[in-house]
Amino acid sequence: MSILVNKQTRVVVQGITGGAGSFHARQMLEYGTQVVAGVTPGKGGTKFDDRVPIFDTVSRAVRETGADTACIFVPAPFCGDAIAEAAGAGVGLVVVITEGIPTLDMIAARRLLDEKGVRMVGPNCPGVLTPGECKVGIAPGYVHTPGRVGVVSRSGTLTYEAVWQLSALGIGQSTCLGIGGDPVAGIDFVDALGMFEADAGTDAVVLIGEIGGAAEERAAAFVREHVRKPVAAFIAGVTAPPGKRMGHAGAIISGSSGKAADKIEALRAAGVAVTANPAEIGVTLQAALRGKKGS
Amino acid sequence: MKLHEHQGKELFRKAGVPVPLGRVAFDLDEAEAAAKALIAETGDETVVVKAQIHAGGRGKGGGVKVVRGAGAAREAATRILGMKLVTHQTGPEGKVVRRLLVEQGLRVAKELYAGIVVDRDRRRVVLMVSSEGGMEIEEVARKTPEKILSRAIDPAYGLRGFEARELAFGLGLGEPTAGKLARALGALYKVFAAEDCSLVEVNPFVVLESGDVVALDAKVTLDDNAAYRHKGHAALADPSEEDPAEAAARAAGFSYIRMHGDVGCMVNGAGLAMATMDILKHHGGEPANFLDVGGGASKDQVAQAFKVILSDPAVKAIFVNIFGGILKCDVLAEGVIAAVREAGLKVPLVVRLEGTNVDRGRKLLAESGLAIEVAKDMDEGAKKAVARAARPFDAAQGRGATEP
Repeated sequence: MSILVNKQTRVVVQGITGGAGSFHARQMLEYGTQVVAGVTPGKGGTKFDDRVPIFDTVSRAVRETGADTACIFVPAPFCGDAIAEAAGAGVGLVVVITEGIPTLDMIAARRLLDEKGVRMVGPNCPGVLTPGECKVGIAPGYVHTPGRVGVVSRSGTLTYEAVWQLSALGIGQSTCLGIGGDPVAGIDFVDALGMFEADAGTDAVVLIGEIGGAAEERAAAFVREHVRKPVAAFIAGVTAPPGKRMGHAGAIISGSSGKAADKIEALRAAGVAVTANPAEIGVTLQAALRGKKGS
Repeated sequence: MKLHEHQGKELFRKAGVPVPLGRVAFDLDEAEAAAKALIAETGDETVVVKAQIHAGGRGKGGGVKVVRGAGAAREAATRILGMKLVTHQTGPEGKVVRRLLVEQGLRVAKELYAGIVVDRDRRRVVLMVSSEGGMEIEEVARKTPEKILSRAIDPAYGLRGFEARELAFGLGLGEPTAGKLARALGALYKVFAAEDCSLVEVNPFVVLESGDVVALDAKVTLDDNAAYRHKGHAALADPSEEDPAEAAARAAGFSYIRMHGDVGCMVNGAGLAMATMDILKHHGGEPANFLDVGGGASKDQVAQAFKVILSDPAVKAIFVNIFGGILKCDVLAEGVIAAVREAGLKVPLVVRLEGTNVDRGRKLLAESGLAIEVAKDMDEGAKKAVARAARPFDAAQGRGATEP
């Protein structure tokens, strides 16, 4: 069991002939993902690597291949348009890898997705991966192990770090999900926690947050009310100074809000096992699994 | 990117948000000439001399003077230009004032607040107004939240007329002032949307004795991700407001922020870069910087990033922490080796590599003949780097003078 993607998932890659799109489409195929279509306007009718049919539009790709998930590598200036195209084409999930999309474009895109009932992962994220079944995005497949721990994170490489720690301890993952570092995004911690709580294949959850916004505080409130499974967490940015954007557009402490210390306190108060050491995310989850919730 | 007040007001003026008459001045003669011209234009001797720095709280820090006459304006400018202005937003080191805004004095009856922000939780642009202008809005939100009115704006329609009127009348204003404020709010939203802002704040937005409304301040932040579609935005940057190393890093395509410690770090990915600073601190060290080389960094970018770290004289040890995903470990290793060969290695270097092509990366480092310590994981790497920074470095040995 898993959330969002599995063996049956049929992926259409938007921007499949670009540098990042082609490289990662190959990696996804290699991982065993069903990449059933690609989209590059003007290249419809040709094939990617002699195996994946390319279409001019997403709606045509969905009609002809039954794709249900879009993975977007389109450059930032055209990404708002690409998301809107996917939203109207009939897929149920849109995974946006592209970084650097203007915030106003994302606000408009998110409004359209909500209207159509389409879920989004990202933007500016590594995507979603169900070990041994399906990878939609750019996460390095080999660090993952099939298992029963869900991972949700605002960061990319820090997610790989956490997954690697889990795998090294022999703890497999049900699904690993990077929700991205932008201020306006799709699936958030609360959505992901709800899905993991409901998933019979998930026993515990690792949550990796960072400074900026209040998503971790809302996650804490949700855990307190609705999550029975153990949750372990790390919040990046304890040392980050206020007013400085730490790489991610969303990672900035402004005024009195967005501080790591407040997020850690909220999560601990909700019974989440929070570690201050990012090298101990795996063992913290391990301990939480043994002690159940509230260790 | 943050704008200066005078730049923000220029955007306001063009969009139809009323602003005071004013001129920017970079030296004393310009300041005096600006005051003279304003006095001639308005017939009023009162002028305001305002320091232009990228931080709020300028008035309390002594950066704003209300004076009468051009001579007094020059005198005020003498005191403010070149001063190190310390406010609650600059940090204790303060910021040197390099430009002034000289404005007409106005007779203020009432101070309001208006702000437009991106509300992450509602995923909307939100317009806020308050009757409590002139105060810190965070403080108003804490003490009297009922005095802040807000409206989430539907991106499909923009700010509609009735929405702006509801806010203006909601503040208890009567006509014709409420109508004037509503129109000004409409123009303010136009600036936000048309210029791709991430923040527009006017504190105070004043009502004059005449009943007119005027934006007395302008705090504008632009969305860097949208810079590609605004040709004019690059010219609004003020390099003197930025750390030169941070600006050079941005130009080279990676993200660097100088901190106050002595362990330099180079990491791929913003989250892991923050976590690396955190783990250094956790083990008793102090990070010298945040540095995210980015996902798709080339060998040259890695080399450039490494040189930026070396350019910080406070750095006593370097910790490279890479989890290769898109960025391959061998590319990283080649970049580090190239930079060290070119710039020399004057401090201990600890490298932790994991991920894509890790074996090739480790092999390259081992065969380089350079004094690089390899750590098996992030915990060991951080501990080693902190220990090395705390010890005198013997450059001839390429190692800390006292080995453990």
